[in-house]
Amino acid sequence: MNVFQLFGLTAAVLVGLGLYGLIVNPQPLRKVLAFNLTGNGVFLICAVIAHRGAAAGMSGDPVPQALLITAIVVSFAASALAVGLMLRRFEETGTNSLSADSDAGSGQARANVESR
Amino acid sequence: MISAISFGIGILLLALALWTVVVRDTFAAVAGFIPYGLLLTLAWLVLRAVDVALTEAAIGAGLTGALLINAASRLHVTEAAARAETPGLALRLAAGAASAAVTVVIAVCLLHLPEPAPTLAPDVARHIASTGVGNPITAVLLSFRAIDTLLEAIALLFGVVGVWSLAADRNWGGRPGFAQIVNPNDILVYLARVLPPIGVVIGIYIFWVGADHPGGKFQGATVIAAMWLLVMMSGLREAPAVSQRWLRVVLILGPAIFIVLGLLGAFMAGAFLAYPDGWAKPWIVVIEAALLPSLAVTLVLLLVGPPLRPEVHT
Amino acid sequence: MKTAADVFTIVAMLAGIFFFVAGTVGLLRFPDTYTRLHALTKADNLGLGLVVLGLLPQAGHLVVALKLIVVWLLVMLTSADVSQLIARAARRQETRP
Repeated sequence: MNVFQLFGLTAAVLVGLGLYGLIVNPQPLRKVLAFNLTGNGVFLICAVIAHRGAAAGMSGDPVPQALLITAIVVSFAASALAVGLMLRRFEETGTNSLSADSDAGSGQARANVESR
Repeated sequence: MISAISFGIGILLLALALWTVVVRDTFAAVAGFIPYGLLLTLAWLVLRAVDVALTEAAIGAGLTGALLINAASRLHVTEAAARAETPGLALRLAAGAASAAVTVVIAVCLLHLPEPAPTLAPDVARHIASTGVGNPITAVLLSFRAIDTLLEAIALLFGVVGVWSLAADRNWGGRPGFAQIVNPNDILVYLARVLPPIGVVIGIYIFWVGADHPGGKFQGATVIAAMWLLVMMSGLREAPAVSQRWLRVVLILGPAIFIVLGLLGAFMAGAFLAYPDGWAKPWIVVIEAALLPSLAVTLVLLLVGPPLRPEVHT
Repeated sequence: MKTAADVFTIVAMLAGIFFFVAGTVGLLRFPDTYTRLHALTKADNLGLGLVVLGLLPQAGHLVVALKLIVVWLLVMLTSADVSQLIARAARRQETRP
């Protein structure tokens, strides 16, 4: 097994783990964590492909690596937006759950907030 | 033949990812996610992607870690309610089957990648002299794929607008974060006085040296953003009110200059974002220098979140 | 000359690794937060210092050696601050009913 296969398999398992965590964990913050795991797995795949393209005196294909930098920054922005949504919902309704019961309660909490 | 280091990094990555997914306490999951990000930095180094390693350490482990710790501590009270909602066995089995299927498909694809590997490195090496920079990744980001960098800057701007739109109506235009009472002898205040000058110099150095060596404006902007965040977290300075004009001008300045220079290139060199012959290096320097403060301010604003208290005008 | 530098590097880094392992053993074995912080901060700073010392002969340029020393000083500064903050937070959690 060479380093490409090792990190390629690691990336595949990371994507699967992230997907499992995304479906199974009920809490939105854990879902964001699991989604980041999947994203990092995809980045690893991209880096493996970049390293395989080492040629012309460079140790890796620079185009996928440049796209990886862009991807890491944009994924941080997406996580920040998701966390902002979560915190705002928590502020308004007092819960952080995605289930249907909490929506019934939140209608009452929203009415309390608006009447203040 | 893989070295022991690569194998160790791979095993630890999987162990920490598993911990993040299955551990019950949310704060423990976040505490596992941050060393996972740092180990990923080592993985990038093993795969010889030094610029990506810098970005991952700064943004992937550093800023994302700060974001998640803040969220986990503020959502701490919902922990008990969330714990009661664990899904049943049927959902777990179905999710496990789906994840296993995805893993197997990706692993099979990765074990059968085309040989010899297709690569754009010779094309980059052929044309890099015309860009005037020595670092091939900077050349790709700011010359060959400059449109991607421009769209990314605008996407980040949309992210800030999205985060600001989450403010309550009564808080619109106000300051993010809660007001803090600062003890002047606090140890965090000491750090916030000593570290930012060093940090800003290091950030500008990383940005400047990115032309010919690993580095660049993303990593430099993150270090500068971290210094401003440290000053705000210690309470030495308040977060800026989002209605202030200078804040909005700094946010827009980077992408605006980028677009203006792109249109100028359309007139002078025939295509949007084309650089006139011999002028590539100065144009790239101007674009990067304009994007650096915009990027730092954008990252800070994404992290501190929407306004939480209204701005009081006297 | 080259092999003397290499031997020095290996000896210094082994000493540094020993201190890192000692700090981790302290993290796992000590009973409460304050003693764990003590073990981590002191042992890890000394370990990092020895690792940096070992890497100095391998740095080709004087500037690279200076950067390594700056890294060590910055880590010492921030880890001292952070360990104080963690200790203060632990104290506050203790005294809260």
